Amino acid sequence: MILLEDRKMAAHLSYGRVNLNILREAARKELREFLDKCAGSKAIVWDEYLTGPFGLIAQYSLLKEHEVEKMFTLKGGRLPAADVKNIIFFVRPRLELMDIIAENVISEDKLRSPRDFHILFVPRHSLLCKQRLEEQGVLGSFINIDEYILDLIPYDGDLLSMESESAFRECYLENDQTSLYHTAKGLMTLQALYGTIPQIFGKGECARHVANMMLRMKREFAGSQTQILPVFDTLLLLDRNVDLLTPLATQLTYEGLIDEVYGITNGYVKLPPENKKAKIISAAFEERHNAKTVGEIKQFVSQLPHMQAARSSLANHTSIAELIKDITTSEAFFDNLTVEQEFMTGVDTDKVNTYIEDCMAQKDPLIKILRLVCMQSVCNNGLKQKVLDYYKREILQTYGYEHILTLGNLEKTGLLKLQTSARNSYPTIRKTLKLWMEDANEQRAADAAPDAAGVAQHRGGAEDAPGPHFEERQQLPAGLHKKRQQGENNTTLVFFLGGVTYAEIAALRFLSQMEDGGTEYIIATTKLINGTSWVRSLMDRLETLPF
Amino acid sequence: MTFVTANWNPLGEAFYRKVELYEMGWNLKDGLRDCLVAAAPYGGPIALLKEPQRRSPSARPQLEIYSSSGASMASFPWKSGPVKQLGWTVSDDLLCVQEDGTVLIYDLFGGFKRHFSMGNEVLQNHVMEAKVFHSPFGTGIAIVTGAFRFSLATNIDDLKLRRLPEIPGLQGAPSCWAVLTQDRQSKILLANGADLFILDNTSCTPVTPPGLSPLANSIVQMAVSFSYKYLALFTDSGHVWMGPANLKDKLSEVETKVRTPPKQMVWCRRPKSQQPSVVVMWDRHLLVAGECKDTIQYHLDDESFLVPELDGVRIICGTHHELLQEVPAACEEIFKIASMAPGALLLEAHKEYEKESQKADEYLREIKEQSLLGEAVRQCVEAAGYEHEPETQKTLLRAASFGKCFLSNFPPEQFVSMCRDLRVLNAVRDYTVGIPLTHSQYKQMTVQVLIDRLVYRKLYPLAIEMCRYLKTPEYQGVSRVLKHWACCKVQQKEEADEVVARAISVKLGEAAGISYSEIAARAYECGRTELAIKLLEFEPRSGEQVPLLLKMKRSQLALSKAIESGDTDLVYKVVTYLKNEMNRGDFFMTLRNQPVALSLYRQFCKYQEQDTLKDLFNQDDDHQELGNFYVRASYQEGKLEARLSHLQSAVDEYNKAKNEFAAKATEEEMRLLRFQRRVEEEKGERVLGSSLQDTMHCLISAGLHKQAEQLYKDFRVPDKRYWWLKLSALAEKEDWDELEKFAKSKKSPIGYLPFVEVCVKQHNKYEAKKYVSKVTPEQKVKAHLAVGELEGAAEAAIERRSEAEISLVLSRCSPTTDRALLDRLNRARSVTAKK
Repeated sequence: MILLEDRKMAAHLSYGRVNLNILREAARKELREFLDKCAGSKAIVWDEYLTGPFGLIAQYSLLKEHEVEKMFTLKGGRLPAADVKNIIFFVRPRLELMDIIAENVISEDKLRSPRDFHILFVPRHSLLCKQRLEEQGVLGSFINIDEYILDLIPYDGDLLSMESESAFRECYLENDQTSLYHTAKGLMTLQALYGTIPQIFGKGECARHVANMMLRMKREFAGSQTQILPVFDTLLLLDRNVDLLTPLATQLTYEGLIDEVYGITNGYVKLPPENKKAKIISAAFEERHNAKTVGEIKQFVSQLPHMQAARSSLANHTSIAELIKDITTSEAFFDNLTVEQEFMTGVDTDKVNTYIEDCMAQKDPLIKILRLVCMQSVCNNGLKQKVLDYYKREILQTYGYEHILTLGNLEKTGLLKLQTSARNSYPTIRKTLKLWMEDANEQRAADAAPDAAGVAQHRGGAEDAPGPHFEERQQLPAGLHKKRQQGENNTTLVFFLGGVTYAEIAALRFLSQMEDGGTEYIIATTKLINGTSWVRSLMDRLETLPF
Repeated sequence: MTFVTANWNPLGEAFYRKVELYEMGWNLKDGLRDCLVAAAPYGGPIALLKEPQRRSPSARPQLEIYSSSGASMASFPWKSGPVKQLGWTVSDDLLCVQEDGTVLIYDLFGGFKRHFSMGNEVLQNHVMEAKVFHSPFGTGIAIVTGAFRFSLATNIDDLKLRRLPEIPGLQGAPSCWAVLTQDRQSKILLANGADLFILDNTSCTPVTPPGLSPLANSIVQMAVSFSYKYLALFTDSGHVWMGPANLKDKLSEVETKVRTPPKQMVWCRRPKSQQPSVVVMWDRHLLVAGECKDTIQYHLDDESFLVPELDGVRIICGTHHELLQEVPAACEEIFKIASMAPGALLLEAHKEYEKESQKADEYLREIKEQSLLGEAVRQCVEAAGYEHEPETQKTLLRAASFGKCFLSNFPPEQFVSMCRDLRVLNAVRDYTVGIPLTHSQYKQMTVQVLIDRLVYRKLYPLAIEMCRYLKTPEYQGVSRVLKHWACCKVQQKEEADEVVARAISVKLGEAAGISYSEIAARAYECGRTELAIKLLEFEPRSGEQVPLLLKMKRSQLALSKAIESGDTDLVYKVVTYLKNEMNRGDFFMTLRNQPVALSLYRQFCKYQEQDTLKDLFNQDDDHQELGNFYVRASYQEGKLEARLSHLQSAVDEYNKAKNEFAAKATEEEMRLLRFQRRVEEEKGERVLGSSLQDTMHCLISAGLHKQAEQLYKDFRVPDKRYWWLKLSALAEKEDWDELEKFAKSKKSPIGYLPFVEVCVKQHNKYEAKKYVSKVTPEQKVKAHLAVGELEGAAEAAIERRSEAEISLVLSRCSPTTDRALLDRLNRARSVTAKK
């Protein structure tokens, strides 16, 4: 595993305009408080999904300081032996996990000295889970049942994610807006730490819903507001379905490509081991030959740790870049990209595409096919009945009829649809927002993920894009109105509901860096996605019973 | 100013003063004679029960409640049993302890709140004597019964009765007793003749006060100080013994020369007391006995009652209300005759200044020369806090303010906060409010509690004004008062729901942090459900609204409120409640009207109750979802027949949903499954459950070309895909002859480049080369390159005069490539480039 950033001291969180380390520290404090509630030695039983996000908040050393001696992964049967006073389950509020916990508790050896059980729900309590534990007859076995409100987790100096895997699916497919409630709560926490955000812009139904909940919660908290000078000037809430296209396209930025090819989870990327070339960039080390006096040598030695870190980081990135380059220069990658670009420029989007046909004929991975078909559908504002049916039939025949459910899901979320009007509005949007550069320069990140950046620049005001557009103002307590310094930038928090890609992040970072931009962007999302993980989240994977 | 010391009396090194607080506003015919009296500390209310023993129904005793200034707050005839003791709780509720051990609780205005019993033993043996006491745990009651046993409850709000152990040798009533709080436990200290015992939960321990006069045969009265730290005993020999409550030491013993048992005895101390004392009261006689053995004697005109406070003793009689206290050091320094303390000089300086006399300067100089001006200002400010008369307060504060002018960098906080405190204190001491708090008491009780006290007295406007004046955060201040006001308002039954709700919403408006649900809950308790619902409309916190709505059985409303909040857990809470409360049909109907709740419940059913899910779709005639449901179900069947039957149901549903595509696709799936079974039975190939593509692949690999062909035709597989499929299947199988035959069978719809590439992929360049010639001109270069023929590729590229292709070929050249070929390519490239 290779760490993309040095996270040991979480120093990377403090560099940006907004010090996200405050958020991390608040989360750590709360964790420590909970751990101290369970006096004595402890073992933590982890819902495996949580270990990644938790790693960004607290390392093992913190847990160890609070007497955590053992850690296990949550699984059925009897808990492993551990001579500790407390067993703490760190779990998401999911019913299936409650059954496992109940099994653990019931099969606990009664003869051994009794251990105290606790549950910490992340990110929230759930009534249904407690009911389930009660039905299983174990609710009374828990000394503490608490919630650890971990909504927004800092991933980088300008990036927050809730890592809620199924947020898009739940919101847009299943009409379950739990994740939006968590989003609103997360934003309230953020405002408690960084001050009330005076302006809210938004685009889309979900954005509207989140803004409504925030305003409502603000009324609930009225009177107990903290007097903090606002750090953010604007909050921009964007529905993912305002722009369904960008995540479908292959990301062409550095981090985006790494994500496309190897997948980044919780800031970590797993690279194929046989290719890990340890290239050493040793130029900096040569300096030691130039050091003459003891003082100079001393100074050189003091820089060593930093240089070593930089050196290993540089070596890592060099080898990653080489790995990626092998792939981007391949013909397959090029062909795929060509088709994507044809779609985006509106070339022959209303016909069955031969490249997609060929890929299916050769049984390329299903997700790749789905991405391309959906992309064509979005770029054409829906497909003609004949074309749509043809693709669907081909997919069912090639990959199996069970995917009829997945296709249904894609249609429900609008990724795949029947063209209902003759007018295709995509080209219009493309023009108004200047989303496509004829002289596209791939060096510029903003070109690589155009929609997000475009919409962000227009504050969600793209009238042709789907969903309502709205604007709200939050009253600030007297005396907290910011007096802007000459040349000081505006800080905007852009929240993507339903996921954001690394390419879109890169685009916004590019805008932040533009000297005449005047705005700095902090990005938040329900989940860091790429086309593959996104489409996968919408698939219905049936556990087929074999004959 | 000369009058300030008029009411001072020396006691040892210190002075005591008796200040009049109020001339009582009540009009008592016989004063306090034959009255049971209870007065709450911290200037609290006074309760009187006249002739408590009178029992004839024609003339019941009257229970009266007054403020400290004697303003009537309640008066009603006592209709319950005989009362032995009255007392006040920390939250200004009146406790009436009846002879049978029942304790009735009333609010300040005589409204009955609740009652509880002190237990069976008390009921049987009756209360002989009772005491109400305060401790860090709340308000407690101690009782001694007719059987000379003690029972005790430390906190009446969390009633835990404790019956204390028997006292050895106790034949009659104890001569006197008191409640002590030691080691976080409430204990009884009692005297039986000259013997003293401490009674706790488990034991009865005899104790001896060190150095008690040997002349004493009996201890007839005892007093525990306000802080429970000191104890005073009065003996039949007329001695007052003083010492710490732990009886480890003796502070002093004073001979009073009065042998009659006193009516009341209390401690009179203050924080940083120089000369603490015990105040002993007989019929017309009050005696202050200091530790220094000095005494002060007062004559009492009238029947009186003593109320110990943390910094003095209040004396209430039929006409007056006074405060007896040790003169605080700061006041003594300033006002003592001929005092040369800096504060006294500053006061003098200011007086001269007002008279426009140059003496002011002389006094000031004198203080400044000793660099004591800061100290002088501090003294004046402090002393102002201890004075009751606003005029005296003002004089002192003006002097302090005057002194401050001659100081640079003097911190203003003390002065400012004292002014603010005094303004509050003068407001509550006002005759109409009647809370005679001292500054020390105010600081001890905190603003929060004072606001509560005003709220209990329904003095809402004053409370709000005070919160605003002190800038108390709205949440703890104005909003809290308004909430209490509203809770009181909803109890006014004569007003219509509509009127009350409107009045409340107008007054509370957008006040921060108002808990409307608490107000609504109160309305509901009073039986005003409709009003409660109206009020809940104003509650911004759904988490608070929903449980109350459920309690009031307004489940539909609760559901929409829960949905409005966006908190899905709350929605689930209501849904679960509805599911248990309603019959299935109504439950489904309710959900149907609430799409958000319905989708959440569906989510739940999807994982937990599959059958319910089906019922839900059925109810909604959602055939599309029912079709999906059957498809899902089919995959959970391990038997083909069962799977087919589910799929048939799916087809029917899709048809009803008019989803032609899905119906056809599912029919196709069934057809495929049946075909697969036949193949398995006839040919023994394991294909059941595979996709169409995989099935054909498998058949071709197995040489079952006819069957594969049949599928290709039956399922109308596009030519292109079939060709790709057959090509790869044959190549993987390395059936090169069959592949060649296939290639020649008719014109390939995918061209011949795939043939070349697939063969190369299977590492057979020989076979691959067979197809190079068949490739279209556009793909020639690629085909040649694929099989590694550079020359051929070069030929084709040059022939086609394509710069891109020439470059492609060049890029594949290596240092070992023939020089001539390279030259040719380079030349051709430059030619094409020129064009």
